[in-house]
Amino acid sequence: MEPVVSMECYLIVSSIMFFAGIYGFITRKNLIATLISIELVLTSTDINFAVFNRFLYPGQLEGMFFTLFSIGVSAAETAVAIAIIINIYRNLKNVETRNLKKLKD
Amino acid sequence: MQNVLVLRIIFGLLAAVIAVFSVMAVCTRRILHAATYLLFVLFATAGLYFFLNYSFLGAVQLLVYAGGVIILYVFSILLTNTDREEPLPLFSLRRWLALLATVGGVALAGFLLLSNVWPQTELPVDAEIGMKQIGHTLMGTQKGQYLLPFEVMSVLLLACMVGALVIGRKRS
Repeated sequence: MEPVVSMECYLIVSSIMFFAGIYGFITRKNLIATLISIELVLTSTDINFAVFNRFLYPGQLEGMFFTLFSIGVSAAETAVAIAIIINIYRNLKNVETRNLKKLKD
Repeated sequence: MQNVLVLRIIFGLLAAVIAVFSVMAVCTRRILHAATYLLFVLFATAGLYFFLNYSFLGAVQLLVYAGGVIILYVFSILLTNTDREEPLPLFSLRRWLALLATVGGVALAGFLLLSNVWPQTELPVDAEIGMKQIGHTLMGTQKGQYLLPFEVMSVLLLACMVGALVIGRKRS
């Protein structure tokens, strides 16, 4: 049976999202904006897991559970990263990446 | 036939929302706007999961991201009081190298995706997975079942909750 939308369409969408995240990760100067870019990268890999599971091995559930655990891990990562960012803000009064080396002093 | 056309239009809308808003989220100067665009991208991703008939996954995505993570982002943006990012100069070397790497990466990934021959499967690709099957898979200890990762995840969440409290508390 032919699927409604082919697998390549999903993969192209997720690769656009992945590389948008990479671009943001390189160019952004604010720590929170960098974290938002990382979130884009993680979500695009989640889409890939679900799509490969659905189109290549529809009888199994591995990709779906990898996505589930990956969502949990990225939520944990966000919580710790935001705690660190708030602590940096308390010490430096801003969250720009170029000021981070002042933390060593 | 009509149904297939409607489904394709819905997929096109979701794909356009993801592509446009993920680019806007990394290009806008206001961090609060970036968080809002990220929320739209995550909503459309949940829509893609529903589209793939992974309803449970879509519901988890909506709950965890829209309910938890975005709220964390908005609070941290407001707490750190840095809504406006100072602009990168238009002709900086870093921006152009990043743009080059990104466009090259998209082109390479697209070429590999479209030229690769994917293996075909005989099984139907749109069967909904029952909640009972998901529950048994999550709570079983046999091969292909995920009780151990589930418990490890709970320990990870506990550890990161304690870690976030310790890192984020005020030192007197």
